[in-house]
Amino acid sequence: MTIFGRILLGLFLLLPACAWGDGTGYGYPIGDSFASSILGTPRSLRPNLPRKAPVTTLVLETDQEKPEIFFCDRGLRYTVAFQHHRAPLVFLIAGTGASSKAPKVVALMENLYHAGFHVIALPSPTFPNFIINASTTHVPGNLSDDAADLYRVMEQIWSQSKGRIEVSDFLLAGYSLGGTEAAFVAKLDEERKIFDFRRVLMLNPAVSLYSSVSQIEGLLDRIPGGPRRIGAFYNRVMAKCTDFYRKGDFVAVDDDFLYAAYQGHLLSQDEAGAVIAVSFRISSSGMIFASDVMTHGGYLVPKNRELKNSDSLDDYFWASLHLSFLDYFNEYFVPYFQSRHPGLTEEELLEALSLKSIEGYLDSSAKIEVITNEDDFILPPGELDYLRRVFGPRLKVYPRGGHLGNLEYRENIAFLIDRLRSSTW
Amino acid sequence: MHSNAIKLIIITVLLLILSGCAARMAVLPGEVPPMHTVQEFSDDENVSRTRDPWEGLNRNMYKFNYEVDRFVLLPVVSGYEKAVPRPLRTGVSNFFANLREVRTLFNCTLQAKGKKSLVTLGRFVTNTTIGIGGLFDPATSFGLRRENEDFDRTLEAWGVGTGPYLVLPILGPNTVRSAGGFAVDGAVRWAIMNSIDPFGGTGARTELETGTTGLETVDLRYRESFRYYDSDYPFEYYMVRYLSSQQRELKTLR
Repeated sequence: MTIFGRILLGLFLLLPACAWGDGTGYGYPIGDSFASSILGTPRSLRPNLPRKAPVTTLVLETDQEKPEIFFCDRGLRYTVAFQHHRAPLVFLIAGTGASSKAPKVVALMENLYHAGFHVIALPSPTFPNFIINASTTHVPGNLSDDAADLYRVMEQIWSQSKGRIEVSDFLLAGYSLGGTEAAFVAKLDEERKIFDFRRVLMLNPAVSLYSSVSQIEGLLDRIPGGPRRIGAFYNRVMAKCTDFYRKGDFVAVDDDFLYAAYQGHLLSQDEAGAVIAVSFRISSSGMIFASDVMTHGGYLVPKNRELKNSDSLDDYFWASLHLSFLDYFNEYFVPYFQSRHPGLTEEELLEALSLKSIEGYLDSSAKIEVITNEDDFILPPGELDYLRRVFGPRLKVYPRGGHLGNLEYRENIAFLIDRLRSSTW
Repeated sequence: MHSNAIKLIIITVLLLILSGCAARMAVLPGEVPPMHTVQEFSDDENVSRTRDPWEGLNRNMYKFNYEVDRFVLLPVVSGYEKAVPRPLRTGVSNFFANLREVRTLFNCTLQAKGKKSLVTLGRFVTNTTIGIGGLFDPATSFGLRRENEDFDRTLEAWGVGTGPYLVLPILGPNTVRSAGGFAVDGAVRWAIMNSIDPFGGTGARTELETGTTGLETVDLRYRESFRYYDSDYPFEYYMVRYLSSQQRELKTLR
C-alpha cells in the first residue's frame, strides 16, 4: 500500500469518529443531514418512558358542509394526553401535511406527558382534515390566516376540555412549519390574551415558507430526469430496497432494516434527499387536492364537477404528485389571494409568509425560543444567521440532526422540557 | 328465477364498472377544463403495478367495509377488549393461529417446501400438546418461527398471476387470486373438519362452528390495527392498494 493509500484509509477510518466526537460533546450519532432526517433517533438513544401515555384522538365537530367524497370526515381531529392533576397545558402544532397523531407529534406528546404536562396536539393547517374543517379560506399557507384559524380552534377545544382538566398556565410549541406558525399564533395571543402563553417553542422552524419549500423541492432536481420523473425514481429506490431486503435476513421493514440500509450505503446522498422531497410531495398532493375540491378552484378537478365516492381519483393523485408546492403557490395560491385583495403583489405576499414580517415582535418577545440544527436543510444559507441575529441567546443550535432527526434524542428532549418548565431563558 | 338474479347481478356490476369508467375521462361535456390534467405527466413511469379495472366497485366496497367496521366490528372488538382480559385474548389469537398452521402445512407441501413443512408440523404438534390445544405458543420460544403460507402463495408458486385488485367485503384489500386462494383454504379446512367430525352428529357442531367463525372474525379485527379512512389522506385508497401489493411481494421474499 502506498503512503497515500494509508493516509486515505486513515482519513476514512477517522470520518465516523469525527461525526461522533467533534469536540462539542453532543452525542447524536448520525452526521448526514438527510440520513438523520429519514432515520430519526435510534430507539436506544431516546428517553426511557415508564409506560404509554393516555393518548386519545377526539373530534371537534364543525358545521362545515362537506362534498360527498369527504363523507367520512366528521370534524377536526385533534389528539390529547391529559393529566389527572393540575398542570401546565402545552398546545402542539404538527409540521407540514401532518395529522395530530403523526409519529413525531405522538413522540413529543408522550415525552411531555411524562414530564407532567397536559398536551393538546393540533393537525397542521396544511393537513386535509384541517383544510376541510377549520380553514376559513380552505387555502392553506397564508401564515397569519392559518394562525387565526389555529387560534380559533384552540379556543374551541379549550372550552370543550375546560371541565375535564385543571390548568395552571399555557404553553405553545410547534415543529417545522408548525414552529413557524407557533410564532404567528403567539403574536395573535398578545392581542387576544385568551391563553397568555408563558413560553413558546419553535422546533426546527422555517424562516420563510417559500424558501424552505424551494430547498426541499430543489432536492428533486438531482434525480435523473428531474422532478418530472419522480415515478421512475420511486420505482428505482423501491427496487433497491426490495433487493436489499431479499439478500439480508430481515424480519420486517422496520428501524433495524432502515439502519442496515443506511450503514450499507444503499442510497446515495442525492437519492436520500430526493426520498425526502418525494415524501413531501405525497403530503402536499393531499393538501392541493383537498383545497381544490373545497374551493372549486378548477386547479385539478373541473370546477363544476361534484366527485362521488366511487369516482376514481387516480388521475388527480398522479397529477398532483407531479405538481410542486411552488406550482401551487404561483398558479393557485397567489391568484386566490390577489382576487381577494386587489392590488396585492406577489412580493408582498411572499413577505407575509416569512418570520421577517413579524420580526419586531420576535425580537422583543422574551418568551419565544427556537431550537434547530446547524445542518437543517430547510434553511437556505443565511437564514440560520438571521435566526441568530433575531433570537440571540434564545436560539439553541445543535451541530447535527438534519431536519428534526434528533428531535427524540435524550438530550434534545431534556432540553426542550427544561425550556418549557423554565420561566426565564 | 335463479338466472334472473344472476342477470341482475351482472347488470349491476357492469353499470358500476361503467360508471367508474365515465369518471376517468378528464373532462366531460359541460365541464370547465381544470388547469392541470394527468395527460401532461404521461412521460413518467407509473408506480402502481396493480391493475384495478373495477375501481368504482372496489371503492364502494372500501366504503362498505368502513361502515361495517364503524357500526358492527369495531364496537364488538371494543366490547371484546373490555370483557376479555388480555392474556385470554392472546390465548384466543394463539388458538386460531394454531388452526392456521394446518393451512400453512398443506400449502408448504403443495409448494414442495420441505423445511418449512417440517417446522410448521413441529409447531403444530408442540403448540397443540404442550401449548394446550394451541392456547399458548411455546414453539416460538423453542426457535420454531411461524411461517405463513396460503393457497394464494401456492398459486403464485405455480405461476398464476395475481389478477386485478379486488376489495372484498369485510376481508378488505385482495386480488382475484388471493380471493380464490382464500376460498380454497376455507374449503380445505371445512373438508378436514368434516372428516374428523369431533362431535359425531350430536348437533352441537353447527352452533359451535358459527360461534368459532364469529370469534375468529373478532380476533382477526382485534389484531389488525388498520382503520379505513383513518389517515384523512384523500388518496388513501391508492396508498392501501399499493402497500398491500408491496406487502404481498415482501412476504414472498421471506
